Amino acid sequence: MASTAADTGPEPLAARTRPSVLRRIWWSDHLAGWGFVSPSVLLIGLFGLVPVVWAFVLSFQHNDLTTGGTWVGMANYRQLLQDPMFRHAVRNTLVYTLVFVPVCIFGSLLVAAALNRRVRGITFYRLAVFIPVVTSTVATAIMFNWLLDPDYGMVNGVLAKIGIPAQGFFRDPHEALMSIVAMTVWGWLGFGVIIYLAALQSVPGELLEAAAIDGCSRWRAFWRVEVPLLAPTTLFLVIWLTINALQLFDEIYVTTKGGPVGATTVLVYYLYEQAFMFFHGGYASAIAYVLFLAILVVTVVQLTVGRRLSYQQRRP
Amino acid sequence: MTSSTMLPGPVVGPLPDAEPGSRHRRPSGWHLLLIPLSVVMMTPLIWMVITAVSTLEEARRFPPGLPTGIQWSNFVDVWTQSPFGLWLLNTVIVSSVVVVANLVLCSLAGYAFARIRFHGSGIVFVLLLATLMVPFQVVMIPTLLIVKSFGLIDQLGALIVPNLVAVFGIFMMRQFFMALPPELEEAARMDGASRLGVFTKVLLPLMGPPLATLTILTFLSIWNDFLWPLIVIQSPEHMTLQLGLASLQGSHLTNWPFLMAATLMSQLPLIVLFLLGQRLFVRSIASSGIK
Repeated sequence: MASTAADTGPEPLAARTRPSVLRRIWWSDHLAGWGFVSPSVLLIGLFGLVPVVWAFVLSFQHNDLTTGGTWVGMANYRQLLQDPMFRHAVRNTLVYTLVFVPVCIFGSLLVAAALNRRVRGITFYRLAVFIPVVTSTVATAIMFNWLLDPDYGMVNGVLAKIGIPAQGFFRDPHEALMSIVAMTVWGWLGFGVIIYLAALQSVPGELLEAAAIDGCSRWRAFWRVEVPLLAPTTLFLVIWLTINALQLFDEIYVTTKGGPVGATTVLVYYLYEQAFMFFHGGYASAIAYVLFLAILVVTVVQLTVGRRLSYQQRRP
Repeated sequence: MTSSTMLPGPVVGPLPDAEPGSRHRRPSGWHLLLIPLSVVMMTPLIWMVITAVSTLEEARRFPPGLPTGIQWSNFVDVWTQSPFGLWLLNTVIVSSVVVVANLVLCSLAGYAFARIRFHGSGIVFVLLLATLMVPFQVVMIPTLLIVKSFGLIDQLGALIVPNLVAVFGIFMMRQFFMALPPELEEAARMDGASRLGVFTKVLLPLMGPPLATLTILTFLSIWNDFLWPLIVIQSPEHMTLQLGLASLQGSHLTNWPFLMAATLMSQLPLIVLFLLGQRLFVRSIASSGIK
């Protein structure tokens, strides 16, 4: 309201001093402004803002998504605390994220360092790393279903050649989650590499030359000069990969459907089951809000810790 | 952080001379890393191609080997035994409508938020940005109920309407409009051009690179989307490629040549586009965070 008053304040004065031209421009700007944004604002309001509030309301209801819901207060959230399957899903999601994110970060940093130089065949190498990025999650999952097939899969074929017995992969409760990690690292590595390459190319060459003149080896210069300069990029990637890891779903749906015996039931898969197989709309919304909160907290913590670390790195 | 990566400019351009002073060298030791790496990265795709041209018997051998001939019939089978053509058509329709709508709506709104001072623009923009933090899983159940109330369940419209505009796109376009010198439009405004006239005739022609980025990112995310179509579409004739593929896996459980032929064909359009515009794709992905 205050800004409205400030905006309209000088207007009548201007209109009095110079006839209607200014007034027309003033009006046209407000009209044009709202005219330009209103389709987007209406759509995002309807599909972005309204559902956030609605989901919050749903999380306090029992709702089968077809008839109206009944109000149950905090019952859904209380149930979450006692639900062993939910706890299991949280655990799986955390294990997945804690392995996936560091592997992706170190892997893509190393590969970006390798691709950031003049070696023969660089075009081919880059292509090999980038193509999985545009490969869909569903296609990736179907390809890995086949590669890791316990009976006829290529990976077991290769293992047999070097004398290792056939593995169950997605069908072995002890290997399923790590197989999912391997598959998703394959899909995401190129993304990290693209981001790191973009950042590496803005590292000033003089810095590396100076390091070389001071007798610093290329390897040392990489760790001591480039990696610290990449800290903001690393922070961005850690946050982005974590957010995506916590939301893992497509690959699980197509490969293991949460199995075997719940070994790969992650948070979003559990949410999906609750909402669209058991029609527990309210309970699923409560899970969604816990996920939302978790993502917010993790992001804030990563930002705070990350900024502090990169600040410390600058002082010797 | 994201805004700094979104500034215009070459991101993955020509390689810098990474090792000054050492031009005459033996083959780089990095090959020891890069060769196994590219083998690992390419294997799933190559194995998909090999299986797609194998017979069912050849795929059911252990240990697996190369096929003796090329079995084109798998591709024909996919087109005749599943609604693959329809899925492709649906995906093309949905992606193109969504891309065009995003180009129009995001640039209009991005321009207004960047350049026009109007009542409430600040608070509205902040509200829009706030929705970026919300994970899709939070809004998907109410969005389903909203789409249902429109009578769009199991219709292509359900895949289109909620995606007509993206906050990320508005934000990106706003950054680029803010980077343009204001004198450009002031001159045209002095000559009596309307806001819309300035926007379409003066500014939009300068927005080629961000519009290309927006096209690629929107296209990638819609073409590859899975969770939302899974929730709103049931009938096979309204499925998109990704959803159809996942459903094929249920119905052709162990017919791997068939499945690989379908998967290969579903990915081919994207891989060809990527090969044609690698620079543009890489730059677009680098400026976002979208896979």
